[in-house]
Amino acid sequence: MEMNPIEQERSPDIEDFVEDRISVASQRQLIWWRFKRHKVALVATAIVLAFYVIVVFADFLSTSDPSDSEAFRGLMPPQTVKVFDGWKPGLHVCAISGERSKITFQKEYTLDCTEKIPVRLFARGYQYKLFGVIPTDRHLLGMSDDTLRPEDHIYLLGTDKQGRDMYSRLLHGTRISLTIGLFGVGMSIVLGIVLGAISGFYGGLIDNLIQRLVEIVRSIPSIPLYMGIAAAFPSDWSILKIYFAITIIISLFAWTDLARVIRGRFLTMRDEDFVTAAMLSGASQRRIIFRHMLPSFYSHIIAAASLALPFMIIAETTLSFLGLGLRPPAISWGTLLQDAQNVQTIALTPWLMIPAIPVILIILALNFMGDGLRDAADPYSN
Amino acid sequence: MLGYLTRRLFYAGLAIWAVTMISFFIINLPPGDYVTSYVAQLAIQGSIIQADEADNLREFYGLDRPMYVQYAKWMNQILHGNLGFSFEFGLPVNDVIGERLLLTMILAAGTIVFIWLVAIPIGILSAVRQYSIWDHTFTFFGFVGLAVPDFLLALVMMYFAFVMFDFSVGGLFSPEYVTAAWSFGRGVDLAQHMIIPIIILGTAGTASLIRITRANLLDELRKPYVSTARAKGLSETRLILKYPVRLALNPAISMTAYILPFLVSGSIVVSVVLGLPTVGPILLKALVAQDMYLAGAIVFLIGSMTVVGTFLSDLLLVWADPRVQFEGR
Repeated sequence: MEMNPIEQERSPDIEDFVEDRISVASQRQLIWWRFKRHKVALVATAIVLAFYVIVVFADFLSTSDPSDSEAFRGLMPPQTVKVFDGWKPGLHVCAISGERSKITFQKEYTLDCTEKIPVRLFARGYQYKLFGVIPTDRHLLGMSDDTLRPEDHIYLLGTDKQGRDMYSRLLHGTRISLTIGLFGVGMSIVLGIVLGAISGFYGGLIDNLIQRLVEIVRSIPSIPLYMGIAAAFPSDWSILKIYFAITIIISLFAWTDLARVIRGRFLTMRDEDFVTAAMLSGASQRRIIFRHMLPSFYSHIIAAASLALPFMIIAETTLSFLGLGLRPPAISWGTLLQDAQNVQTIALTPWLMIPAIPVILIILALNFMGDGLRDAADPYSN
Repeated sequence: MLGYLTRRLFYAGLAIWAVTMISFFIINLPPGDYVTSYVAQLAIQGSIIQADEADNLREFYGLDRPMYVQYAKWMNQILHGNLGFSFEFGLPVNDVIGERLLLTMILAAGTIVFIWLVAIPIGILSAVRQYSIWDHTFTFFGFVGLAVPDFLLALVMMYFAFVMFDFSVGGLFSPEYVTAAWSFGRGVDLAQHMIIPIIILGTAGTASLIRITRANLLDELRKPYVSTARAKGLSETRLILKYPVRLALNPAISMTAYILPFLVSGSIVVSVVLGLPTVGPILLKALVAQDMYLAGAIVFLIGSMTVVGTFLSDLLLVWADPRVQFEGR
């Protein structure tokens, strides 16, 4: 059993020991002890980290180039990976072949598990740059070089209408959707800290003005508003430009919440003794705000930010889904889900709905992680 | 009382003014102006306008004047009930929006009623039977409900409705009622078609209201007056419903004001996915086609109606909990 100082049985000598540990522990240590007790939040954090591993290694994990299209292999169903070939281990996927139906003129595919396409780890595939610098063509999964035939392929999650590999596209979409959320949160934090700090530190008229502004912004439905702004981007903008424009727009979704949280903290802390002490010793206002007050609730800001992140992800996904956010060829969860917008596609090609799963998973995980962080953020409260 | 109301009314007015500024800003975002679009539209129909004629038109509409004059003119038109002209539909904006605005509001109002009817009993149950199987089940569904974006929920519901019941979700009326005049039958038809959109829209709100009701009621249940009442032999049902629940409901009311903007936002997206005849799909179409007068008018109408709704729920809160007005804010 690990020593958990907070839940420890209260026998006299252990109590002394516990007291010692708690009184010398740093704030970070206390927060970690507290956070560790929240098991669901721990699991959620692991999931969030796994998603960001995908963000970093999207190319390495992909099986084929996400923008490599081929009309004749459009809308293929997913192929299953099998670890065993009969009794002996042998990684392979089932071959798949398509034929155009004489009745519906749809291409119909059949999985043929007697014909196996061997798959190996660290196989060669398309060229990419690991971390943006190291050129390589190794991928986690891929077809073995020796059995490479032009008609063979692995599409773990099927293909879209243009015959692009959904699995690789999903990984690349994860990269864009999750980084755009992070940048958005970063911007809202800056906006929220500046306005929240001014509001809470100075109080009075300026506080009143900022709070009214926050209230007004909150009472206006955000989606139609930002749809309006997003629709005005010129259609000849590059992907990168639109990416940053969308980041700014989605950062507008959440700054009000952050500004409120930070203002509340500043208000309660303004009258603390250490702030008065700093003032009396002649520290400048900037120094008081940034050196003395802000560090004492970094943890709250982190918790609030991790609760704001899901909003950002939903906002980006929704805007892109409506065709007003990122536009193809940019790949994000929203643009991927655009293909699954009507009943026909959902009924005939349900695998196009798969990008919905990571969206729900990461939002749930971020919410649980944020809840845990929020509870742990104030280690002295209990 | 009066002071509080005047202050709220003043803020509501301020918010609506902000909405008009934003709508006007959106109208002016894309390059070109009303006349450029008008000339382009006439060119499609085959008639060509001379450059000086276009300038005359600009002068007529005041487009050569500074921005604030244009804004004043636009405001003046709006106050007279004229929202401008839609190029995409070739109709005045008023005619395009017409019934759709009413349906949007009915949908939002219906969703709020749904949220209340579902969330409050469940919230009470979860608090009274804390850590029971029901509590855990609803907490879990609550988290999932909060996590799933509206449009995804709409997609998933569409999928299951199709796969399990071979039923296609979409629209707000059966074919025979789409263009019919309002009648009792049409109302019933609308109510039936609204069930699924309301469930989709209401899920997130229901989830958060369950959590709020549960947390507040739990706080109340621990207070000494509850023990006193119990000690005096008051029956459990009466005790809970008469005192703690009443107190726990106040945050539920104030939350209505808070979720209204989210509901309206959500209804836009859900309407696009499900093809509901609300202002949502029209707004999307207008934005994609850069039909800015229509888009601006919709943003303006949705925004100001949300502000009015928020104001109304503030009034409701004062009525339900008179203490609110004394809290100096």
